[in-house]
Amino acid sequence: MTTKWYQQSGTDGDVVVSTRIRLARNLNHMPFPSSMTAEQREEIIRPIFEAFPQDGTGAFQCMRMTDLSPLEALSMVERHLISPAFASQDEGTALLLSPDESVSVMINEEDHIRIQAMCAGLALDEAFRAANCWDDFLDSRLHFAFDDRLGYLTQCPTNLGTGMRASVMLHLPALQEKGVIQQLANTVSKLGLTIRGMYGEGSRPEGAMYQLSNQVTLGITEQEAIENLKSIVAQIIKEERQYREQLRQSPSLEDRVYRSLGVLQNARLLTGKEFMTLISHVRMGVSMNVLDTVDLNCISSLMVDAQPAALMRQAGEKLEPAERDARRAALVRDRLTKGA
Amino acid sequence: MYCDHCGKRPATTHIKKTVNGKTTQWNLCAHCAAEQGIGAMSMTGFDLNDFWGSLFAQPAKVSPQDTVRCEDCGRSFKEIAELGRPGCPTCYRTFYDRLLPSIQRIHGKTQHTGKVAEKAEESVKKDHELKALREQLAQHIQNQEYEQCAALRDRIRELEEGETT
Repeated sequence: MTTKWYQQSGTDGDVVVSTRIRLARNLNHMPFPSSMTAEQREEIIRPIFEAFPQDGTGAFQCMRMTDLSPLEALSMVERHLISPAFASQDEGTALLLSPDESVSVMINEEDHIRIQAMCAGLALDEAFRAANCWDDFLDSRLHFAFDDRLGYLTQCPTNLGTGMRASVMLHLPALQEKGVIQQLANTVSKLGLTIRGMYGEGSRPEGAMYQLSNQVTLGITEQEAIENLKSIVAQIIKEERQYREQLRQSPSLEDRVYRSLGVLQNARLLTGKEFMTLISHVRMGVSMNVLDTVDLNCISSLMVDAQPAALMRQAGEKLEPAERDARRAALVRDRLTKGA
Repeated sequence: MYCDHCGKRPATTHIKKTVNGKTTQWNLCAHCAAEQGIGAMSMTGFDLNDFWGSLFAQPAKVSPQDTVRCEDCGRSFKEIAELGRPGCPTCYRTFYDRLLPSIQRIHGKTQHTGKVAEKAEESVKKDHELKALREQLAQHIQNQEYEQCAALRDRIRELEEGETT
């Protein structure tokens, strides 16, 4: 099986978990998805399905969201392939997915088309190239709604202009401990950026994971927005590393890392919240070379595989929270003792 | 921690709501959360982006004589104002002047400068290229890098005369 982007760690992987570029596009002379009829939804899906390569090595998986089980849909949110709203599997919504799951195209989500490219670590240029290439591909076959003053026309006016949202997932345990995240959020908002919890809009931060993305899309080029984000990320990385070094001076850091690993390797029940808290400590320990028996790729995979829907998908059935906690503990134990 | 609602099962869904500075928190089990319509990953009805994303922080003033409708989706300005969102891409063109203040409030700017769709009018592409070239030219002149200026000037002249080679 191809290794997926979320099973790896990339550039600046000690702080940056992953990078995502999303482009919002709509077709001319068609209502936005929230006011479309079933026939109109089909009219959008059909030509896009036909346009994408469905045979050969680069073949995309084409699926209608209603054909998926709710568990499969939720586990896609956990893998960051689709948005939480898209997992409600409304009629007339569809998804295209590249073999390595690094490119996904949501059809009839908030906009007619949402192209998403993901990479491990900090890779804004690479992710943009991938998203932009599929945008060009669709652009040459469809007629995108575009206005010379407002750029790409999107259902939500917050996406007008480039329709691009560039995000990086940051692991900020040291800055969180220092209590400066709120201050950071205030600062980045003045620079046209926003910082949110792990699954984006409306989600709370788990395991010190934060998503930083551009907010302004009109009057700024894609490249400018990316450069802007890059320079802020570079500063956050620097701050996070500096504070981690300060933490290293105290013996409590090493204790916390090994204590967390000890619980993860031995617990028989692990709630999702406890797992995220402990794996966050271990991740920090591994990236600071305090701990060398576990690698970042193993942690990246675990953070996806130990989520509720992934566990139930693996089990092939719906599980009560207590059953999930037992399965989560077994999975974590197995993966973390293998490496040791 | 047990569910605030049934008190029997462990709470796995935690919801915090802050209204007018007063924060309330519920801890629900999966069963009771589902009863309240809150599934895993579901949003709790109110989304900050929805709030900022709405075209109108305050209801827009609509005159009763207003009869203009979007030629594509038939939506009137009043309907857009009520819903806070346009019905289709053409709404943005039909009600451009009236939507502009809200768009400016969101982005701070009103002129797109990024990528241009392939099938958008050729003239749009030309305008963007011209603007970029003129900026480059001004920059080179400012830096006294005159050797690059000639080629840029030629290209600008070419575009202005309508030759897009």
